[in-house]
Amino acid sequence: MYEFFTTTGLGIALTLLGESLLIVVPLLVALAFLLYADRKIWAAVQMRRGPNVVGVFGLLQSFADFLKYITKEVVIPAGADRFVFFLAPMMSFVLAMVAWAVIPFNDGWVLADINVAILYIFAVSSLEVYGVIMGGWASNSKYPFLGALRSAAQMISYEVSIGLIIIGVILTTGSLNLTDIVKAQDGSYGLFSWYWLPHLPMLVLFFISALAETNRPPFDLPEAESELVAGYQVEYSSTPFLLFMIGEYVAIVLMCALVTLLFFGGWLSPIPGLPDGFLWFVAKACAVFFMFSMVKAVVPRYRYDQLMRIGWKVLLPLSIAWVVIVAFLAQYGAFGGAYARWTIGG
Amino acid sequence: MITFSFYLFAITVIIAGLGTVMARNPVHSVLWLILAFLSSAGLFVLLGAEFVAMLLVIVYVGAVAVLFLFVVMMLDVDFAELKAEMARYMPLALLIGVVILMQLGLVFGVWTTSDLAEGQRAAVTPDDIHNTEALGLLIYDRYFLLFQLAGLVLLVAMIGAIVLTMRHRPGVKRQDVLQQMWRDPAKTMEMKDVKPGQGL
Repeated sequence: MYEFFTTTGLGIALTLLGESLLIVVPLLVALAFLLYADRKIWAAVQMRRGPNVVGVFGLLQSFADFLKYITKEVVIPAGADRFVFFLAPMMSFVLAMVAWAVIPFNDGWVLADINVAILYIFAVSSLEVYGVIMGGWASNSKYPFLGALRSAAQMISYEVSIGLIIIGVILTTGSLNLTDIVKAQDGSYGLFSWYWLPHLPMLVLFFISALAETNRPPFDLPEAESELVAGYQVEYSSTPFLLFMIGEYVAIVLMCALVTLLFFGGWLSPIPGLPDGFLWFVAKACAVFFMFSMVKAVVPRYRYDQLMRIGWKVLLPLSIAWVVIVAFLAQYGAFGGAYARWTIGG
Repeated sequence: MITFSFYLFAITVIIAGLGTVMARNPVHSVLWLILAFLSSAGLFVLLGAEFVAMLLVIVYVGAVAVLFLFVVMMLDVDFAELKAEMARYMPLALLIGVVILMQLGLVFGVWTTSDLAEGQRAAVTPDDIHNTEALGLLIYDRYFLLFQLAGLVLLVAMIGAIVLTMRHRPGVKRQDVLQQMWRDPAKTMEMKDVKPGQGL
């Protein structure tokens, strides 16, 4: 039986399918509760109650929303390009899911342990912009189209600085593999060995870029619901809209996972002596998600020109400067090799 | 498994390439082109060149094709007129196509490789080294000058594009963010006590 699943083509395919489901299903269930948590935190900051009707404390609110979305009628605008119109939400959903293939949840708990994992995530997230553009264009309507252009420009701008920020971490680790990046943060000082300390400025920059990249407030210009129409999703309703929304939230959770892996040591325990494990990863990712929610609640929305200015004139030069600085620090082994982990072997 | 994947990607590349050329709508053309890029990235992965594959996706699909799509979407193209034009030039295009095909046939029909060359064919990457590392060693060491020159060419192109498109128009109101941030509420705001029924 074991041989069937490790040697034959069909067996390997089935194993991969099972492993993928093992990631996707818990992720989607977790997403339902994260959505609920997002709304609860947002409500708590504004001294409201938030969802509290469906289930105990409103815990089942997301499932009720889900049922509502899939039972509504799918409205297709006249003159829409039907194929691309439906391809767009599916694409943004699938791409958001596909990126999880290289995320290590624990030591060895990774679907595809590839050498270029971080580039892969970067590539997939650079594809996510197509869901937006295609959705906006295929609706054959002015507002979604303008919204799509706005949104695409924003996502492309912030991808550049995200890439440069990641380069700092890669330089320090000497590898593009996410498991290696986490292992390089394993040190005798517990949480002070992680990259958030040597790369503190980049942690802040990465967090800001991640907000912009995932269209979260304060950079939610693409769908600023209170002042503009909802950007590229104006014409979407029912399940296609749900797919866009899930795609967006999965991308947000992915960013939380990335922050955890790149700066907070993934599954490593913060206190030396405590066992490392999957739960640390989950706890850290949830903490980062809490920060995402808080930012949504407390920061006012940026104007579009301010957004572009921050991306190109502030974040980009700072991250380029940091790459150069880190390269020097790594080369000359500054701070006992804190910036050149590959040399000290850990 | 690898053979199956190869044929899957290869056939997709060919179909996507045909789609790029045949699609009536230019936006569909670009989308087909993106599919072609993605499948070729898959072929690179099969070759063991995963770094190049990822760069192909990031640079071509993530950046270049997005710009294509932007331009094509915003163009106001009259498809009927375009088709008529195409019909007029069809014979010439066919002629050129046939000539190129013949030339390619002549060149590659007699293509032979000696056994010596086959024997010296090396693996894409050395076995003991990741291909990111291998590429880095080549680019930043052996071909450092060429790499820098390529960067310089791109820089010149960028400066050229900026010079061509930058215009200084007088009398345009601009928003200076720094100036906006340093505005003092005490100087810019004034409290007025408005009595009911009077107005300012």
